[in-house]
Amino acid sequence: MSNKVKRQPAAVTFLVVAVLAIWMMLAAFPFLWTLWGSFKVEGDFFSKADWANAIKGTLTQVETGGSFTGDGYHGAWVQEEFWRAALNSLIVCVFVVSISLTLGTLGGYALARSTYRYAFWFLLAALIFRAMPPITLVSGYLPVFFQWNLWGHTATTIVVLVAINQPFTLWMLHSFFKNIPAELDESAMVDGCTRFQAFRNVIIPVMWPGVITTGLFSFLLAYNDFAVTAMLLSKENQTMIPKINSFLGTTQTKGNVMFAVASVVSVTAPLFLMVLFFQRQIVGGLTAGAVKG
Amino acid sequence: MKHKSFFWFVLPSALAMLLFIFFPIISVIVQSFHVDHEQVIQTVETCDLFGCKESTTIDQEATAALREAKPLGQFAGFATYLDRNHLAVDEVKSTWGSSNGWREFGSQMLNLPFYKAIGFTLTFTFIVTPLVIILGFVIAIAVNSATKALRGPLIFFSLLPMMITPLVGALILFWMVDARGIIGTTLQYLAGDPDLSVKASTPLMWIMLMVYGVWHAAPFAFIVYYAGLQTVSQDTLEAARVDGANRWLQIRHVVIPHLLPLTTFIALMQLMDNFRVFEPIVSFAANAHATSLSWSIYNDLGGETRQLSSAAATSVLTIIGVAILLSPVLVRTWRDFDRK
Amino acid sequence: MFLKHAALASAMALMTGTALADCQISGNVSIVGNEFPAIHTVANGAAECTGGEVKSNLTADHQKINVAGMQGNPAEYSSAIIANSSVVALMNEDVIRSLDDLVAEYGQDIPKKQLITIGGKVMAVAFMANAQTLAYRKDVLEEIGVDVPKTYEEVLEAAEKIRAAGLSEYPVGGAYKAGWNLAEEFVNMYTGFGGEFFKAGSAEVAINNEQGVAALNMMKALTEYMNPDYLTHDSNATGAEMEAGNVMMMNMWGSRMGNLMDEEGAEEQVYSNITVGAPLTVGGGSIPASTLWWDGWTVAKNISDEDAAATFQAMAHGTSPAILNDETMSQAVWMIEGYTPAPVNDGVFAAISMGTKSYPMLPYQGLLHTALGDNLADFLLGKESAEQALADAEAAYTAAAKEKGFLK
Repeated sequence: MSNKVKRQPAAVTFLVVAVLAIWMMLAAFPFLWTLWGSFKVEGDFFSKADWANAIKGTLTQVETGGSFTGDGYHGAWVQEEFWRAALNSLIVCVFVVSISLTLGTLGGYALARSTYRYAFWFLLAALIFRAMPPITLVSGYLPVFFQWNLWGHTATTIVVLVAINQPFTLWMLHSFFKNIPAELDESAMVDGCTRFQAFRNVIIPVMWPGVITTGLFSFLLAYNDFAVTAMLLSKENQTMIPKINSFLGTTQTKGNVMFAVASVVSVTAPLFLMVLFFQRQIVGGLTAGAVKG
Repeated sequence: MKHKSFFWFVLPSALAMLLFIFFPIISVIVQSFHVDHEQVIQTVETCDLFGCKESTTIDQEATAALREAKPLGQFAGFATYLDRNHLAVDEVKSTWGSSNGWREFGSQMLNLPFYKAIGFTLTFTFIVTPLVIILGFVIAIAVNSATKALRGPLIFFSLLPMMITPLVGALILFWMVDARGIIGTTLQYLAGDPDLSVKASTPLMWIMLMVYGVWHAAPFAFIVYYAGLQTVSQDTLEAARVDGANRWLQIRHVVIPHLLPLTTFIALMQLMDNFRVFEPIVSFAANAHATSLSWSIYNDLGGETRQLSSAAATSVLTIIGVAILLSPVLVRTWRDFDRK
Repeated sequence: MFLKHAALASAMALMTGTALADCQISGNVSIVGNEFPAIHTVANGAAECTGGEVKSNLTADHQKINVAGMQGNPAEYSSAIIANSSVVALMNEDVIRSLDDLVAEYGQDIPKKQLITIGGKVMAVAFMANAQTLAYRKDVLEEIGVDVPKTYEEVLEAAEKIRAAGLSEYPVGGAYKAGWNLAEEFVNMYTGFGGEFFKAGSAEVAINNEQGVAALNMMKALTEYMNPDYLTHDSNATGAEMEAGNVMMMNMWGSRMGNLMDEEGAEEQVYSNITVGAPLTVGGGSIPASTLWWDGWTVAKNISDEDAAATFQAMAHGTSPAILNDETMSQAVWMIEGYTPAPVNDGVFAAISMGTKSYPMLPYQGLLHTALGDNLADFLLGKESAEQALADAEAAYTAAAKEKGFLK
């Protein structure tokens, strides 16, 4: 569509550039500010005296002798062993995404192909399930999990995250499958395939884009979850977000906010690579899935 | 699709939801109809590091048998739903009778925790949801008009507000809007008021929460719309152009109708998520100025003494609220479905 | 976080150096507790014991999981480290056991005053203390020529002078963040005015009275000298304000004084002049407007006798004089023999000697705390009268207490 840009009037081009510039500033500025500030000491980044200290690094000079300091990163990754949490997060994310998608594609496919009314009621029930605030769910799990010795394990958390995420996954994949012509799998079944064979041989090859898009949302949910992971994981299985929270301190004790800031900044880099890598699929995926909603 | 194959395909998914969402919801509903057994209080002498004093404690032996027989507590019916910390039926009635005029009635209602929470929740939902949809749409159109090479980074930076954990993202934004932070100072400069503080004023706090809500959720609407834009039929657009439609008319008559089904999906998810607004209130320490239903649940569960029945009742009320809120959209979806 | 690192390091040193301090257990220990350096030290001390597995889960969310974690049979956690406010939740749910027999058998060395007894039964063993006391800027008070304030009234006077002298626009600090912190400040102030929270021996709340109104009015008067954002300031934010040189006097936790007075986060002029004072009194009373807190450990009910004995021995070891060394000494106001206080701890000791009351260990105090935290901000914001705010808090408490079975 880039050729269109050349054709459009100057006023429109100006408008587009203006919108993008303002939005980029709104979206990226807090992050870039954080990126810069993560190399300062807390007294500068959260400077009560003058916000410009975060740029100049007055206290950073006094406390560390340089304008920039890697203390936050060193503290988080080496001293507090943040990599353990990162590793745990990786495990949780990989499993949540793959299990969510497996269950979701099966279910979403069936919901898209069924013409009976119960399919709609099923989707409706899933939506209402999603209305339940996760904190209430988690406080309901706790006694049962402790009683049955399920508490603290990574596997339990993965299953819970998958389940909580199912309604969203189902809705999204359901609309994606609706967009794949039913003739495709039906003709395969006429040729003698079972429903599952048709799904495996005909549908799976064309569904990747939609699945990847849904997967990204599942990934973000697992990656950013606090309510579930903070309550259900034991110390050794702790993921990143509860770990970051533990850097923030409590009422009676001071935390180290700069560790949290450095951790957040450092885990954004892999996300950047991921988005660039999957960019084509995000677009391609929703393209097919979203048309009919 | 045959019933049998439908059953096997949705089974894993259904099982997961049944076990981890449906059963907990049932137990929450049951819990909301029960309150704790009457506690037998006894006066005892308590001694700690700093000396002894008269104090009270629960006589566990006296209630042990009761608890054994009825572990759920005593059945209370709708008592928890109707008490002051929830629907506050009695208080509403007496306020209705005693207040002169709507204004006074309104302000007294907002003094009741449930109505205070629902007041903010609904305002937030109905302001943030449309803004998210509009902003997401505008950004999607703009990004779509950019050169291909730029789009990758543009998409990444556009997604940032959604990707950074609110735990830290909100902490930093909270600091930036402080009277001495970079945004707060800018606001003071723009308003020409050196004493302006967003965090000290209720209206400004509400606005800030909503701005954050829009900022945080716009990327979701953006990415969905952006993808939808890729499938706009070029032929239709070309035809519109030949007919002399300008850019705005093309958007109005071709693009917007094409994206309408997507809007339903975004609206559904956003209405629900905004109705459950919770994280920004905690992160911005805004609870003196604004509360929400989800915040009330968090507050009930996070105190020194957990109030399970109260949290359960509020949760059920939240589900009912979501169901009412979504019903217009759902009725539409049902009609679409039934037509097929 | 440097402190936490130090705690780990010192615990490692202990493990290698004095590892053979006689702690032999025959059972498993599992500890749940809050996450800060002193608790790490205790958990690491307990982990020195040999003969059974000792594990710990220290997290800021400990209060959300300890009850559920001790309700199972057998309990996931054999010991919960709690404070006087949170031990109540465990006793209410009847998940911790009386330690009488274990004290008799294994606890001869534990000084009597560390034993927390309720109705004659030992329910917990305390190992550290905390209290909110005054922190002030020595240089600033000298400059305006006033003595160190002993009462809140004197704080107001000094604040007016500091403001008039142009030294700071908002010289008073306080953790007034709506919710738990604000409620805690009210509890302090109300106690200072001599108020009682409940009708004697019952769960009926009684705060809407003269003392309650006086406490709220004093808080409101103080907020006139606070940063206008005070309702969002927790102890982190208030401490940072002092380190930034804006706040000259504040009521602050003893456990945080060390951070204020160290070199990090402040200019030399500021940190070298921050001084710890005694807790303040108010309204001509002699009891400080503050509350004393302790942290201690408990033993779960639903565990085997071997595990209970092992837990008791391990925790007793983890809070024995053996854990004290140069590094751990500064982590808390230890209530352990052999502890030598540093100047930062002056406030807490002054609080103890002045007869400060401890935070009430009542089964329903937590409900009132929540109700206060939710309702008092409206008064400070000027939306309603003090009486109305107190009446709201009472009504919210009463509804909650009915649900928990404390009131009919």
